[in-house]
Amino acid sequence: MDYLLTEEQIMIRDLARQIAEEKIVPVRAELDETGTFPHDIMKTLAQSDLFGLFIPEEYGGLGKGCLELAIAVEELSRACLGVSTTYAANALGTYPLLLFGSDEQKKRYLPDIAAGKKLVAFGLTEANAGSDAGGIQTTARLEGNEYVINGTKQWITNGGEAGIYTIIGITDRSKGPRGASAFVVEKGTPGFSFGKKENKMGIRASATTELIFDNCRVPKENIIGKEGMGFVVAMKTLDNSRTGVGSQGVGVAQGAFEEAVKFARQRVQFGHPVITFQAVQHMLADMGTSIEAARALVYAVSRFIDAGAKDVSKESAMAKVFATDVAMRVTTDAVQVMGGSGYMKEYPVEKMMRDAKILQIYEGTNQIQRNVIGQALIKEAAKANK
Amino acid sequence: MKIVVCVKQVPDTAEVRINPETNTLIRDGVESIINPYDMHAIEAGLQIREKTGGKVTVLTMGPPQAENALREAISMGVDDAVLLTDRSFAGSDTWATAYALSKAIEHLGADVILCGKQAIDGDTAQVGPEIAEFLDIPHIAYIRKIEDVKEGRIVVQRLMDEGYDLMESSLPVLLTVVRELNVPRMPSLKGKMAAKKAGIKKLTAADIGAEESKLGLRGSPTQVRNIFAPEAKRDRKIIDGTNEEIIDALVKELTGLKCL
Ligand SMILES: Cc1cc2nc3c(=O)[nH]c(=O)nc-3n(C[C@H](O)[C@H](O)[C@H](O)COP(=O)(O)OP(=O)(O)OC[C@H]3O[C@@H](n4cnc5c(N)ncnc54)[C@H](O)[C@@H]3O)c2cc1C
Ligand SMILES: Cc1cc2nc3c(=O)[nH]c(=O)nc-3n(C[C@H](O)[C@H](O)[C@H](O)COP(=O)(O)OP(=O)(O)OC[C@H]3O[C@@H](n4cnc5c(N)ncnc54)[C@H](O)[C@@H]3O)c2cc1C
Repeated sequence: MDYLLTEEQIMIRDLARQIAEEKIVPVRAELDETGTFPHDIMKTLAQSDLFGLFIPEEYGGLGKGCLELAIAVEELSRACLGVSTTYAANALGTYPLLLFGSDEQKKRYLPDIAAGKKLVAFGLTEANAGSDAGGIQTTARLEGNEYVINGTKQWITNGGEAGIYTIIGITDRSKGPRGASAFVVEKGTPGFSFGKKENKMGIRASATTELIFDNCRVPKENIIGKEGMGFVVAMKTLDNSRTGVGSQGVGVAQGAFEEAVKFARQRVQFGHPVITFQAVQHMLADMGTSIEAARALVYAVSRFIDAGAKDVSKESAMAKVFATDVAMRVTTDAVQVMGGSGYMKEYPVEKMMRDAKILQIYEGTNQIQRNVIGQALIKEAAKANK
Repeated sequence: MKIVVCVKQVPDTAEVRINPETNTLIRDGVESIINPYDMHAIEAGLQIREKTGGKVTVLTMGPPQAENALREAISMGVDDAVLLTDRSFAGSDTWATAYALSKAIEHLGADVILCGKQAIDGDTAQVGPEIAEFLDIPHIAYIRKIEDVKEGRIVVQRLMDEGYDLMESSLPVLLTVVRELNVPRMPSLKGKMAAKKAGIKKLTAADIGAEESKLGLRGSPTQVRNIFAPEAKRDRKIIDGTNEEIIDALVKELTGLKCL
């Protein structure tokens, strides 16, 4: 379908697709098998300016918005979710600086991010704080002109690979949710180290590690926004990045769908290509329809955000939950359409199915997204009845 | 450092078919691409610039639609693009092509000139070395590595059947490159946006001061009579001896074959 993209958006799509097909597809199975971080591909993305897509021009970026980022993420995801997770988590980690960073912080960090010289990671989750972010135990205590950070973040994408980390820690436990703050910490800061790399079911090319802070001292200026704004920073960040997870869903579903259609036309049983069987056709029809619906929603919400909408929690949660549920169903059905072949590593759909699962879990599980949508509905209804 | 990269627009041979009657390429509906070897030449030009500073200019001789090849090169990061185009170039053989390109390079000025090893359609591998002859400068063909380049001097590896030659040359020099040299970079977004807007400089025969009689069909000493894949027949004779003996024997052989 034609989404009336601008000439520039089409350019971005074509370039991301070219990189995906020439540089990612040929190596994705091996990256998955060996769990290797895609350094070369990150270099290519950097050279192609894709890391600067959503960074303002004054900091060396291209000054584009959520929609352009969604388009690029979708194309990379069509080839490999492990690679696109690495790329998208970089944006996730950058949003706190983009949305709440001081001029000084922006000047210091954004040009390197735009040039792809440094990757970024976002550290919120801890062992006892997953869906319940309020349970974080990492602390940041002000001592003179420095904050002293202690605690361990868990399952942080780009851990160890990133040069810049935006993290949430407690500055004043007595204030409850208003006692958390966001900080930027650079790799190499004394007292900051990484745990082992996790061995994962999918997105195996992406790096997931612990961030360990042991009396890690950062200058006072490394706070993002003000003390107490930590959860606001985190929630606004996630509001902006969730459409990106949605576009990951659209991309991986599209990739699996194309494989399934191609296979079904070639595979002959009972004397006919299996695509001629109505049961198979109907599966493919549902897959194609749901992908188009997911893409339309992700693009619409991205445009809504780019137009400057203030509160996008509900809409971005809808885009994430719908597109990623579609991704799980479509990748599973792609394996089904391809039968035993789909289950084998000779074809990419088993990987896509393993990869897709993460989309329903990270950046807020799909149950939590539904909670967000539900709460917004209650608020809206209450307002309407006033 | 002034670097000029000669690129040729060729049909994407992955898709090309041959007309069995005329033995010529069927170009209709086939997409045009930059000659793949020339992509490596562009990459080499960009890498030299990254090292020494300066400017990379891509140059192509061809019809107006060859502009697309130049825009693609700009999207990879070259500074300037020049389209050498004129009705009088039509029907040029490799000699006339190289003459026109050499006049254009004289007009532009260059320290390093890069060409592909050969074009995947014409396949003669003549144009690069011929340009160097017209310009009366050294050339080294089949470059697989550039070891060092600085003002006035370049050190390269030339691919041979077995191993390579390490060669040094003064500048200006013309190099033709093979695939082993590098991996051509992807275009960048800023490059693509620049390419869309970039003005392509056009040069005509008059602009470069080329002599009409040396251009196009009229200026081409060779005429294509037939195109065919030659039978792979390898009659060969290895002549040994001192240089004088070899030369004498060679002259005798060639005279016998009525080549001289
Ligand atoms: C590969 C990977 C990469 C990640 N990358 C990052 C990263 O870069 N940065 C970062 O900060 N975090 C990251 N995470 C963490 C991720 O965001 C969390 O895993 C996620 O938020 C869920 O938390 P949890 O795993 O602790 O699940 P839990 O919160 O323990 O949830 C368990 C189950 O209970 C359900 N549940 C919990 N609470 C409720 C509720 N109130 N209502 C209904 N259902 C509920 C959940 O939906 C889930 O099904 C990553 C995780 C993984 C696996
Ligand atoms: C005998 C003969 C007669 C011909 N007659 C005609 C004719 O009548 N009409 C016609 O249209 N064509 C004709 N051609 C084709 C045309 O002359 C050649 O395609 C052209 O000279 C390039 O030769 P090539 O393809 O063998 O390139 P090669 O010599 O194999 O190319 C080597 C390198 O030279 C450079 N180069 C080559 N061509 C160009 C160019 N145009 N611009 C910039 N750089 C370039 C590139 O860097 C390329 O990688 C003829 C060719 C021959 C051999």
